[in-house]
Amino acid sequence: MSDSISKITNNKPIFVDNDPQDELFTLNLGPTHPATHGVFQNVLQVDGERIISGVSTIGYIHRAFEKIAEHRAYYQITTLTDRLNYCSSPINNMGWHMTVEKLLEIELPKRVQYMRVIIMELSRIADHIICNGILGVDTGTFAGFIPMMVKREFIYEIFEEICGARLTTNIGRIGGFERDFNETAFSKIKQFAKEFPAVLKEFEALLERNRIFIERTAGVAAVDPETALSYSWSGPILRATGIDYDVRANEPYSSYEEFDFEVPVGTNGDVYDRFLVRNSEMWQSLRIIDQALAKIEKEPEGIFHADVPDFYLPPKEEVYNNMEALIYHFKIVMGEIDAPKKELYHCVEGANGELGFYLISDGGRSPYRLHFRRPSFINYQMYAPMSSGMLLSDAIINMSSLNVIAGELDA
Amino acid sequence: MAKLSNESIIARLNSRFEGRFNQLDESYGLLTLEVGKGDILDVLEFLKSDGELQFGYLTDITAVHYPDLPKEFAVVYHLHSLVNSIRIRIKVFLEGSYPAIPTATVLWNGANWMERETYDFFGIQFVGHPDLRRILNVDDMEVFPMRKEYPLEDPNRVDKKDYFFGR
Repeated sequence: MSDSISKITNNKPIFVDNDPQDELFTLNLGPTHPATHGVFQNVLQVDGERIISGVSTIGYIHRAFEKIAEHRAYYQITTLTDRLNYCSSPINNMGWHMTVEKLLEIELPKRVQYMRVIIMELSRIADHIICNGILGVDTGTFAGFIPMMVKREFIYEIFEEICGARLTTNIGRIGGFERDFNETAFSKIKQFAKEFPAVLKEFEALLERNRIFIERTAGVAAVDPETALSYSWSGPILRATGIDYDVRANEPYSSYEEFDFEVPVGTNGDVYDRFLVRNSEMWQSLRIIDQALAKIEKEPEGIFHADVPDFYLPPKEEVYNNMEALIYHFKIVMGEIDAPKKELYHCVEGANGELGFYLISDGGRSPYRLHFRRPSFINYQMYAPMSSGMLLSDAIINMSSLNVIAGELDA
Repeated sequence: MAKLSNESIIARLNSRFEGRFNQLDESYGLLTLEVGKGDILDVLEFLKSDGELQFGYLTDITAVHYPDLPKEFAVVYHLHSLVNSIRIRIKVFLEGSYPAIPTATVLWNGANWMERETYDFFGIQFVGHPDLRRILNVDDMEVFPMRKEYPLEDPNRVDKKDYFFGR
């Protein structure tokens, strides 16, 4: 097959070798097809509605983040991570902060860790809302989608309250947060934790036992655990095949070990199971948020960053009135951090799976090498092989349920 | 099951690859080994299929360019043993401007795109790879952009010189 694929670039017809009677049709699904929710191109060879084989072409929004990161100071890379999985930027931001904190050996106060947990779980919910809501739309119902999107909007309002931005958040700093959550933010988080269960329950009631939905999704694109592992899948789609691998539970970071939550798993690894796993994860995230709010109550108030003047910007008033603060401010902004020469891999459970940062520091102001282990990139490579033999309409639903985000796919 | 330690991993590897790997680093508890180019496939297969170690999950493949070293390129494998909840990092150093290494796609299907990405950015040939094409960059690109000799931006620009920014 590889011979025929290589002809893509030469503007010759592809897939010629297995179609002697010229009965099959070549269909370009994407790069800007509305059903693919992002910039994905798949050249499919179809027999009527059935896909015979396919080739994925990716890289349409490649922005060379790894190269840019080699030229930027550590704190400036946070904005690059925003644009990986832009449906849940805060998780990427926190993952990056934690990587650098691991490098610089900064220990965060408990309260900050719990605040991070809240932010990460809120963005996990926001990401799963998108995925499951749109899965509903793709199977033909807007009814569940709209109220869920209203709640997602509310999560974005919380982010806005905390950091001023909604989508590409750049939330938090190395060593903590840029400012404490204000009263409004806390009350909005509490309001969300109180109001969201009813909406989620209604959404589940609309779809989980819905005959049309089940017939469109159950048994579609079923993946067995061995194949999923062989393709290095991670996240909800791996758990839907029955493997309980969750970074939060296996290698807890940011005090996740103190929280009581379950790792939901599926049995068949099909689209329906992925839907169920994501729904259950939203319930678990709500549980975690409730626990984190309770834990924050017990911590001393007003602490929102670690005491590391070398890496954390001093308050503005001090910069204008205090010599040391001005020096630190200057050094941090110019990126003159004395980072140890070390090599590390840190990963967090992103909304789509294991989001890893492989960082090599040579002691300079920017990383010597930074590699993002992007779950969407690794999860998506099975898409074309698994599509062969599938109906076109099933392939569309399969793509929705993989929840591949173009930014994370192409970095 | 008792948690597998880095020492026991090394002991287990020694039973078959005695003297054919070096321990580079153990910072943050992550064992880093250097393996020769000829042994890499055997080592990966042993790590994957050994009943005690069970490094069955390929987390990532990438590369690093060290222009100052005699062997300029390092291909880096991150493996994960989900059963034992432990990770390992394997490095293979390669020389020459068009280095080659056997492909890991025979062990993991997921290695396919990871190796394509590594080829795309560093120009490392994965011998035996079923479909070694560029993946993120355009197909007619002639350079391997993550190599250190390629600058981030057009070097002829005068408005963005490093010394304006104190670097």
